Amino acid sequence: MLNYTIRRLLFAIPTLLVISFIIFIILDLAPNDPTGNLPLTIPAEVRAQIRESLGLGQPFHIRYLKWLEQFFVNEPLNIFEQWFDVKIGDSANRLRVTSWMSRSPVVDLIVERMPQTLWVVGLSYVVGIIIALPIGVLSAYKQYSWFDQIGTFVSMVGFSVPTFFTGLLLIVIFSVQLGWLPSIYDTTLNVTDWSSFWMQIRQLIMPVMVLALFNAAQLSRFMRASMLDNLNQDYVRTARAKGMSEKVVILVHVLRNSLIPVVTVIALGVPQIFGGAIITEQIFRVNGLGQLLIIGIENADIPLVQTLTFIFAILIVLFNLIADIVYGMLDPRIRYD
Amino acid sequence: MNLGTQTSDPVIEVTDLKTVFHTQDGTVYAVNGLSFQLQPGELLGVVGESGCGKSVTMMSLLKLLPMPPAEIVSGKVLFQGNDLLHTDEEALRKVRGGQIGFIFQDPMTSLNPVFTIGFQIMEPLREHLGLDNNAARARAIELLELVGIPSAGDRLRDFPHQFSGGMRQRVVIAIALACDPKLLIADEPTTALDVTVQAQILEIVRELRQKLGMAIIWITHDLGVVAGIADRVAVMYGGFIVEYAQVSTLFEAPKHPYTIALLETLPGINKDGEHRLMSISGQAPNLVNKPQSCPFAPRCKYAFDRCLGENPMLELRSNDHKVACWWDVEKNEAIDNG
Repeated sequence: MLNYTIRRLLFAIPTLLVISFIIFIILDLAPNDPTGNLPLTIPAEVRAQIRESLGLGQPFHIRYLKWLEQFFVNEPLNIFEQWFDVKIGDSANRLRVTSWMSRSPVVDLIVERMPQTLWVVGLSYVVGIIIALPIGVLSAYKQYSWFDQIGTFVSMVGFSVPTFFTGLLLIVIFSVQLGWLPSIYDTTLNVTDWSSFWMQIRQLIMPVMVLALFNAAQLSRFMRASMLDNLNQDYVRTARAKGMSEKVVILVHVLRNSLIPVVTVIALGVPQIFGGAIITEQIFRVNGLGQLLIIGIENADIPLVQTLTFIFAILIVLFNLIADIVYGMLDPRIRYD
Repeated sequence: MNLGTQTSDPVIEVTDLKTVFHTQDGTVYAVNGLSFQLQPGELLGVVGESGCGKSVTMMSLLKLLPMPPAEIVSGKVLFQGNDLLHTDEEALRKVRGGQIGFIFQDPMTSLNPVFTIGFQIMEPLREHLGLDNNAARARAIELLELVGIPSAGDRLRDFPHQFSGGMRQRVVIAIALACDPKLLIADEPTTALDVTVQAQILEIVRELRQKLGMAIIWITHDLGVVAGIADRVAVMYGGFIVEYAQVSTLFEAPKHPYTIALLETLPGINKDGEHRLMSISGQAPNLVNKPQSCPFAPRCKYAFDRCLGENPMLELRSNDHKVACWWDVEKNEAIDNG
């Protein structure tokens, strides 16, 4: 297993390099202009100077190599220095990946916005899983019962109705009509006592539920299908013939087998959490990573978009590996060595 | 209309068992009023072609069929003074795996792939006998040794995929025997195995039967297997028992045309000049129709008008030999009974 993991990690290096290069090409080919959002009164020569100062005058491969150096050498060094409070070399003049839009290092922007995204999107993922698994198990066990029919209908709705619609609907009902919940997620809220904690919960409810519904819709169908695959297996009949109770048959024998593919799907979905929920974050004004990416794209902030997209790519490659490892741990038939 | 003539208390007594399946194509009459009983230590072979209701019968005894679509319409299964069909789920669970052990056809799929063999053997021991981990472990090793698995103690930690087909079937047998059952139901336990492994498994069952003295119901479509190990044989066709006799009687003097045809299909070495494999012409009956006539009539060379109008019931012909047929193949005439 360890050999396999190391091999996979080594193999991830060229994969990620290729991905970063492709991202860089695509962004370079994009026809937008980092000075496009500046006031119209700024003359063309000045705009050209601004572009020059952003490094856009240099050839493509130089810009790519500089980004590589900044991302793979300078940023890790910087993190290392901050964690251990040491100075390595000329740290003051070391170039970091800098956002064109805000002139601050991209990594700092990401660190700033990470907590909101993890709270909202991460929590919704967890809530979605907690809702989906029991529903999937029960729907499969009572296939075609009224519970299953309602579950099918709800997950169809949850999956096919876009989050911007359910989000707005919830805002109209619970914020505008009933006035129970705030429609905007307040990032500046500091949880210091019970009342601010309660406020945090209240502002989390709607965005979390919107995303949780969407996640649960997908996952419960997956869980149901996986359970159904296993319920008719011979080993289930064996377990019943051994005199095991229905609870043990379903929750030990069948569930353990059904979870194998589901856990893999869950692991593969984790990078999406970090990707943020672009639409939902927009609707509830959560200033998370999804929103950061959107602003970056709108302002042609290539270093920001490049870095953010590349971090998502790393997470996807990483969680693919984690999913495979978890699969190997759950299924004794799979051995990687 | 009970089968068997010994006087001691039977281990299990099945009366008028009827099981149907409700499907989209209509109701399938899978088991149509079966009655039989088993004496302690007796081995009953149940033979018949695929789809004749052998397995459904045995699964019905312990209500192991998925219900719906299956429904046990009527019947009584007396086991140790209880009617298993009308007892509560909790009591039924105690019987399953506790007093009646089950061996299934395909050892490749009948074990749970993600749990160790040890876990799977120890489960019923903890459930029915209330053994703690150490006692269950000791008993599990004992069981694995009983069915001839070498270095049993180490193999408890192994998963099913680490065993060969024959070894897995031994594990399944060990699980079935875990709680010293009074009755063992083996549903085509050697069908999925190759011939040499089949012989080994048969040998193990024969030994265990002598050692443990339980009654066995052995379902198979292999008449050779039945000849080798059964005391009595029930031949099933279309959800009915059509002939029931001592194994020697059945093979020497079969009385039902279906049994005769079945025996003719056996490839023999002493039938000189005849090298072609015999087969029974026609198709197995479609069980969607409620049986009004003899189910075998369309394929039977002795069939006459009565067979198409009236379904013969199992009747005692001679000592301990029951046949469901309107024709007496020995005298070559219709039987005379109102």
